[in-house]
Amino acid sequence: MNGIPWLTVAGALPLLGSIVLTLIPPVPANSAPGDVEARDKLAKVLALAFSVATLAWVIVMATRFSTSGPTYQLTEQYSWIPQFGVHYALGVDGIALVLVGMTAVLMPVVLLASWHDADRGATRRSVKSYFALMLLLETMMIGVFEATDVFLFYVFFEAMLVPMYFMIGSFGEGPRQYAAVKFLLYSLFGGLLMLVAVIALYVYAGDSPATGHHGTFLLSSLVHVALSPTAQKWLFLGFFLAFAIKAPLWPFHTWLPDAAASAQPGAAVLMLGVMDKVGTFGMIRYCLELFPAAVSYFKVLILTLAVISILYGAVVAIGQKSMKRLIGYTSVSHFGFIVLGIFALTSQGQAGATLYMVNHGFATGALFILAGFLIVRRGSDRIEDYGGVQKVAPMLAGLFLVSGLAGLAMPGLSTFVSEFLVLAGTFSRYKVAGSFAVVGIILAAIYILWMVQRTTHGPVSESVASFRDLRARELWAVMPLIALIVAMGVYPKPVLDVINPAVKATMSQVHVTNPVPAHPAPAANAAHAPGANSSHLKGNQP
Amino acid sequence: MTTLAATGVLHASWLLLAFPVFGTAVLLLGGRRTDKWGHLLGCAMSLASFAYGVIAFFTLLGYPAADRSRDLHMFSWIPVDGFQANIGILLDPLSISFVLLITGVGSLIHIYSIGYMAHDTERRRFFAYLNLFIAAMLLLVLSDNYLGLYAGWEGVGLASYLLIGFWQHRPSAAVAAKKAFIANRVGDAGLSLAIMLMFAEFGTFNFGPVFHQMLSGSTSGGTGITTAIGLLLLLGACGKSAQVPLQAWLLDAMEGPTPVSALIHAATMVTAGVYLIVRSNPIFNVSPDAQLAVAIVGAVTLLVGAIIGCAKDDIKKSLAGSTMSQIGYMTLGAGLGPAGYVFAIAHLLVHGFFKAGLFLGAGSVMHGMNDDVNMRRYGGLARFLPVTFVTFGLGYLAIIGIPPFSGFWTKDGIIEAAWDKGGTTGYILAACAIVGAGITAFYMSRMMFMTWFGRRRWEGEEAPEGAPEGKAYHPHESPAVMTWPMVLLAIGSVGAGAFLMLGQRFMNFLKPVTGAPATPHGVWSEPGIIALVLVVAGLGIAWFMYGRVPVPSIAPRGSFLTAAARKDLYGDAFNESVLMRPGQWLTRLSVYFDSRGIDGLVNGLAAFVGGSSGRLRRIQTGYARSYALSMLLGAVLLVAGLLVVRL
Repeated sequence: MNGIPWLTVAGALPLLGSIVLTLIPPVPANSAPGDVEARDKLAKVLALAFSVATLAWVIVMATRFSTSGPTYQLTEQYSWIPQFGVHYALGVDGIALVLVGMTAVLMPVVLLASWHDADRGATRRSVKSYFALMLLLETMMIGVFEATDVFLFYVFFEAMLVPMYFMIGSFGEGPRQYAAVKFLLYSLFGGLLMLVAVIALYVYAGDSPATGHHGTFLLSSLVHVALSPTAQKWLFLGFFLAFAIKAPLWPFHTWLPDAAASAQPGAAVLMLGVMDKVGTFGMIRYCLELFPAAVSYFKVLILTLAVISILYGAVVAIGQKSMKRLIGYTSVSHFGFIVLGIFALTSQGQAGATLYMVNHGFATGALFILAGFLIVRRGSDRIEDYGGVQKVAPMLAGLFLVSGLAGLAMPGLSTFVSEFLVLAGTFSRYKVAGSFAVVGIILAAIYILWMVQRTTHGPVSESVASFRDLRARELWAVMPLIALIVAMGVYPKPVLDVINPAVKATMSQVHVTNPVPAHPAPAANAAHAPGANSSHLKGNQP
Repeated sequence: MTTLAATGVLHASWLLLAFPVFGTAVLLLGGRRTDKWGHLLGCAMSLASFAYGVIAFFTLLGYPAADRSRDLHMFSWIPVDGFQANIGILLDPLSISFVLLITGVGSLIHIYSIGYMAHDTERRRFFAYLNLFIAAMLLLVLSDNYLGLYAGWEGVGLASYLLIGFWQHRPSAAVAAKKAFIANRVGDAGLSLAIMLMFAEFGTFNFGPVFHQMLSGSTSGGTGITTAIGLLLLLGACGKSAQVPLQAWLLDAMEGPTPVSALIHAATMVTAGVYLIVRSNPIFNVSPDAQLAVAIVGAVTLLVGAIIGCAKDDIKKSLAGSTMSQIGYMTLGAGLGPAGYVFAIAHLLVHGFFKAGLFLGAGSVMHGMNDDVNMRRYGGLARFLPVTFVTFGLGYLAIIGIPPFSGFWTKDGIIEAAWDKGGTTGYILAACAIVGAGITAFYMSRMMFMTWFGRRRWEGEEAPEGAPEGKAYHPHESPAVMTWPMVLLAIGSVGAGAFLMLGQRFMNFLKPVTGAPATPHGVWSEPGIIALVLVVAGLGIAWFMYGRVPVPSIAPRGSFLTAAARKDLYGDAFNESVLMRPGQWLTRLSVYFDSRGIDGLVNGLAAFVGGSSGRLRRIQTGYARSYALSMLLGAVLLVAGLLVVRL
């Protein structure tokens, strides 16, 4: 709690940037177009600078995190509303840290990719508000991962909606108002259920000797509150429904394709890549850690919904005619994998699900951004309007393919690692669920490669012939993501080393251990696999 | 056999992978700047791997037979509590045989491609993909655990996808590429389930510990599990090796440039399924049911492939049917247990020589015939492409199994191993293999007669009816950069079989990994002689039908069987009616259900509750602050209300 408030600064930097952007004075109404452009450019560059500064700060912060240290590190805690025991409490474990890192990486990428999204086309919209909204959103998203006070978490969770609502409703495309309102109503509905649960939690905490009969929202105290199984079930549902809508899990997913299709690609990346992860992050942090008894009661139901999400999302994705909606539905499928990994309750499933959140952010982010580049060039989102892009814009088509391959979990790319961990972790406990989920990898090949074929292969269609290949700005936006996708596919160990201790802590909090293999391979045969540094045999003790 | 750490020269065996990975990276990232010398770099990287492979091979030979299994731990790939995946290299007699095949034949095909792709503006990208393929294939055969193998397994699938669809502007190529990838993915799903099952049962998927479990018999109570693992591995093998029921993609894969067909879809990648089964021999040895399934799949496929090969007029597709059939032989061999493993691998190696040679020969013919693949428009070409003719002819003698050419030794071994198995099963399997040998002789002789002999059915400068638009034929011999690889492969087609099999040379080399038949085979055996008689009969029938009389330029209608074989024995029709159509309906139904069902319900509810859209529109004033204010107000009211109720 002493020294540099790393986490606060990480969240405050984009907020500061957002404020600075709004302070840029508006151009007088009768000024030349050049002045407007210059002013817009200033706003963009400032936004980018603040997001890069945040990224740099988060990188330095990550080096301060010790993989052998306590579960929560870099903690800060101040009393905020003492009357209600509300604290401004921040802290990160390995899971939260990697998600904060992902947010910080995606932000500059998204800003670069959205460079002209606000000032393109006939209707000019306020460039500086768009970029200020994005920075504001970053603050909320970082805050939601860092909060260790349930009330603070709730505040960020709801506040996150505001900038996104405007990003879709004011700056989106197509039936954007409809999509934005739908997004808002869904989220508010879930949020209200959660609020009820949050407050009930406070009340229970006040009744519990574990907190000295002081109501509190602090996660560190709440985990010690003994709740009756019935109370756990109701509170679990309150949290879980909010997270299932956010994640989104079938059948709470229908807002997502609309929102993804109406948002600008950059906003959609933030929504699919980061905001929705708050749902799955919340499942680990709150549903699992606070209500272990309810987890074992509901897990089969949730696993079923997760498997349905995987298969249903994939099948519906195959039938989509629009690229953005297609990617939206693939995310329904991918979120199914994440939820599956979380509720399989094995360390491989948990670690895989956490890694999946990060990898999905980068892979789907890259895919969506590249689809956005295609859409800007053609002015259409419909897959059938394309064809032969490979011939005229090989770099664009090639990177589109690479990020598509990440979407279908090709080994060598990061998504394979997380997907296989989720599947193996699920399979070791639930063979049926694991087997059904494996069908998802076949469907993924179909929806990705069919889209790639229809857009980039075949004869060059007339409207595509004039495409130019990626510009430098566009290349700079996606290359970091592609590089990360490859690097984390070949050598994910540094990230897993950060995640593993947190997974261990969650597992012990939920009182579960990995299933023991029926015929564990003997420890003595290291000679048979000299490479394996023997840890592969430690198998499955608690 | 225990595995020892890789030391000395073998400590650098990561170079095998590093060379082609480097080539791929430079050629893909370097872009157009590398156009000038890209093909040379590609060849150099492949040759460098080959050179190291030769050194490693002789280093292994220098060790006593029991010490020839060497492991190099490279790095910890996926470390999670209870789950440890490493990237490591296992060099042993089995893997080094594959390394030499992949990099040796691979290098020859790289060199050939310099000439074959000379006029393609995207030649550099082609070499990048070829290097990628070499890297993935080497990872597949060198990995010391199943997950690393799986990474290579999918990697070769990707390279195959990229190369089949290399001319992606042709819709047929793009469709074929996608089809190959998806069919492979079905097999891959089987392989990944097998790995998960190993993980769930044994807590590991490293070769050493898994095989140790099998050998120690501690799974005797769980033979159901080993059978399940075996069958799932077989499903993976069927996808990659185009075995029934996942065979349909291979014929379409011929859309790729011919060097790709030679390297990936004949000599190496499609044989990965055989590698997988032979590598997993401790698993199959303790689950007779799975082993029998392997043998049956092999026997069925060898007949299906051969029958398809008989009916195709497209020289590449006929060869593709042949590949399917020859891999069927290998799979059959691999399904016969220790009696067959050595022959399966030996056949795989010599097949690599003669089939690659045949494909390169076909490519050379196409090169001279304006890329026409229809053998009915060939004829009498021997005079115009003498080198191609001779090398092709030697490959032909090898594949139909005329002694002393390569195929004779290894195919005979498989037939005899099936025969020795005895019992009804053994004799049925052997009968399939023997009949297959006769059909092989028929369709290969048909190809020889139609292509090289007889009256010429092409017109000099004029394009015949139905030929590719406005193109004329100028049959000519290919440049030296293309003929030399064919010559080297022909030498292998002639001598490799005798070299490997005489004096049990290869058997003794491979024995520590795969075991060997109880009694060594002699050169001549009863089933071998029967097979030889059928081979001569097949050749005779082919001469009677295609050598003695002129071949019609337009294909005759043919019998019911011919019609079926031309349609790949209805493999595609089956896929279409059983998988694709219902799949499309399911997709459409789901899309409809999603927009009308779930979403309709939600929207209906919203309309019912709030008369939403109308009212929302009225309060949408367009000012950010009014939204924010109303939301804040709402939230505050709500919180206050709830607090009051609760406290």
